[in-house]
Amino acid sequence: MTTSRRTFLKNSAALAGGGLLMGISIPTALQAAGTVHTPNAWVHIADDNTITLISARSEMGQGVYTSMPMLIAEELHVDLRKIKVRVAPPNAKLYGNPLLGGAQLTGGSTSVRDGWEKLRIGGAQVREMLITAAANEWKVDRSTLTAADGFVLGANGKKASYGSLAAAASKLPVPEKVALKDPKDFTIVGKRTKRLDTPDKINGQAQFGIDVTLPGMVYAALEQCPVIGGTVKSYDDSKAKGMPGVVAVVQIPDGVAVVANSWWRANMARKALSIVWDEGKGASLNEAAMLDSLRAASKTGTALPLKAVGEPEAVIAASNNVVRAEYASQLLSHSPLEPMNFTAHYEGGKMRLIGPTQWQDAAQGQIAKAVGLAPEDVSVETTFLGGGFGRRIDIDFIIQAAQIAKAVGKPVKLVWSREDDMTHDFYRPQSIHTMAASLGADGKPTAMTFRMTSQSVTGRVFGLPAPVQDPLMTEAAVAAYNIPASRHDIVKHDAGLRVGYWRSVSHALNAFANESFVDELARKAGKDPYAYRMSLLDGKPRFANVLKLAAEKAGWGKTLPEGHAHGIALMEGYDTYMAQVAEISLVKGAIKVHKVTVAADLGRMVNPDTVEAQIQSSIMFGLGSATLQEITLKNGRVQQTNFDKFPVVRMSQAPVVDIVLVESTEKPGGIGEPATALVAPAVANALATLTGKRIRKLPMTPEAIQAA
Amino acid sequence: MSTAFQVNGKAVTAHAEPDTPLLWVLRDELGLTGTKFGCGAALCGACTVHIDGKPTRACQEPVSGLSGSKVSTIEGLSKDNSHPLQVAWLKHDVPQCGYCQSGQLMSAAALLQGNKNPSDADIDNAMSGNICRCGTYPRVKAAIKDAAAMMRNA
Repeated sequence: MTTSRRTFLKNSAALAGGGLLMGISIPTALQAAGTVHTPNAWVHIADDNTITLISARSEMGQGVYTSMPMLIAEELHVDLRKIKVRVAPPNAKLYGNPLLGGAQLTGGSTSVRDGWEKLRIGGAQVREMLITAAANEWKVDRSTLTAADGFVLGANGKKASYGSLAAAASKLPVPEKVALKDPKDFTIVGKRTKRLDTPDKINGQAQFGIDVTLPGMVYAALEQCPVIGGTVKSYDDSKAKGMPGVVAVVQIPDGVAVVANSWWRANMARKALSIVWDEGKGASLNEAAMLDSLRAASKTGTALPLKAVGEPEAVIAASNNVVRAEYASQLLSHSPLEPMNFTAHYEGGKMRLIGPTQWQDAAQGQIAKAVGLAPEDVSVETTFLGGGFGRRIDIDFIIQAAQIAKAVGKPVKLVWSREDDMTHDFYRPQSIHTMAASLGADGKPTAMTFRMTSQSVTGRVFGLPAPVQDPLMTEAAVAAYNIPASRHDIVKHDAGLRVGYWRSVSHALNAFANESFVDELARKAGKDPYAYRMSLLDGKPRFANVLKLAAEKAGWGKTLPEGHAHGIALMEGYDTYMAQVAEISLVKGAIKVHKVTVAADLGRMVNPDTVEAQIQSSIMFGLGSATLQEITLKNGRVQQTNFDKFPVVRMSQAPVVDIVLVESTEKPGGIGEPATALVAPAVANALATLTGKRIRKLPMTPEAIQAA
Repeated sequence: MSTAFQVNGKAVTAHAEPDTPLLWVLRDELGLTGTKFGCGAALCGACTVHIDGKPTRACQEPVSGLSGSKVSTIEGLSKDNSHPLQVAWLKHDVPQCGYCQSGQLMSAAALLQGNKNPSDADIDNAMSGNICRCGTYPRVKAAIKDAAAMMRNA
């Protein structure tokens, strides 16, 4: 903590002294009437008392547009209802995320964990600078002054607004040390707080990337090779060019774009293009062969050790009570409801980019490279994101928009169709888990081996070398259970399709295997799955507590309606401890999830209402992947093009979500993702109880259940 | 060729090609971007508007068929968030990313026009054409019930 705080203070001081924020342009809509002062990176105060708090993270539904300002406001002493919020421009030095290697990236359920201390420090620094400015002006001892609701208060009713002090305060050094409130004195953090973005999201006013309009703007639709990675050999645009409204046809590395004066016209003309593709090596891919290649790699590939205790192979070899199982997870698309899009304007040697992204500094740096500019000549303004789920960590569509804009010299809004979006994703990788365990006379495991084989997303995105363990493949790989001898390792294998970070990343893959497997062990031992888990959790109080709370709240062991069954699952992810109980039945051979009971201990919370919303959200997201969805390929072409072939959970399929949150003083955990990962194992375990059938490959469709 | 119709009570004339879906006329020609593009195939409900009072997927309605029609969009629900559904949406803090919410609200508004006391099944039937990838369904359902109660007691 001390190191990061020192680094942060240094950066903040450099900011105040060196004016690093000078390069930031403020969108007109957010511009205050007066001069804007920036005491530090997090707070802008205008002469007219307009206070703008900066969120260094993108709002994609997870609530940072509210939770980040809550942390600043707690120490700045301003009313949340009176402030404006802005998403930070690219500046990884100021706004980078140390939990993600310093990238200015929204993901990994890190926003609150990263901001928990630094945003409160940021708010406190500015508060202290404003108090000092008032003390200087009034020529009084600063210890006689306080701050409240946007004012510095002195003796005898003397008061000055933050706006009137901002100019002087901004010239002061940023304090090295600031006192932070004891959490018991919090008035904002930890309280159920209305989201600041809701009012604009219920009347059509919220601006998503797809809604961006610039003067003189034209629209682009892009034809990409149906096989991801394929390139243009040649094309004929004579028909397209003659269609209404068409402004230009532009070839870029990823395909051929039609630019027109409306998106519909651009997209109609795009369909009239005739393109000959070099489909490349992806043209032979299909998902079954890819999964086979992972299975083969699990036997022959290099295993990267994760954890080893004792000699589990020897123990298992000597046992006469052994359970072995293989689990498999499928390819998935992210499919946020707002299709990929970005607006770009190239003018005077500068590229202006506006739209939805989860990774601002990559957008700036990589687009600069792609269009031959210096990073400082590329600006990025972040709109609301119509969902992210990891898809908008990638910036392929931003590069495309910039390349098209550079070619046509007008503001261009590139919008993908749903079909483009679903067939040109960076997919959640498949995985194969190979598991074995031996059971002792008491039924408890005496040894266990775990091998996960999958494709490294971090290898693709960050260039992580093959021999290095990918920390985003090992999440939740080692479960909580006490087992005397165990070996966990990971095999990386490139199955050929481009893969991306998908909500909860490898937690979902590993938790499906681990929590299905421990359930199988319990059944082999003739024990109740809840009691069996509990018997393996000595010395793991946070795990045991959430397991107990979820079981109690769900009524574990009590009689359920005829044809219903419970399944349970447990995990730690993103520093959050969680258990789920799913109550299911079968309706015409398909799984119906009636209720999911969730107990979560995520330490201190910023906005408990958002915490609940994220758990509800994750349950629906996880349920779709558990029971409905799979991306398949034929000759390298993704076969699912819209929501008819890649169904998502709808209102009629939505279970009741019953949530128990643990009051805790532990450091905050992340909550945007972990609940996603436990739905599949909880449902699979319920299905095993209901039918005696164990589904070990996702998704659990009626056909899969029938075949099991 | 042009098509004259009404949007949120105002007369408009669209000049797009006759087969252009209403969605793109609203968004790119009339500048009403509250109605969203999600799938282009009537599978997600993000583009739901009312045409002569009926909930309709704007991505499937050629503008040429709208001559003389009355179209209502999210921008017409109320500008000051005073519609009972908006009041309930605020109370329950329904939206997450928010992208589907225009469509959710327009489907819900159509439901409550004909049924001020919808059952869970009524709500499921009316709302299952509207995808929310963030999974706000529990709050959508609770908010619809709240709004219905407000409208019954109004």
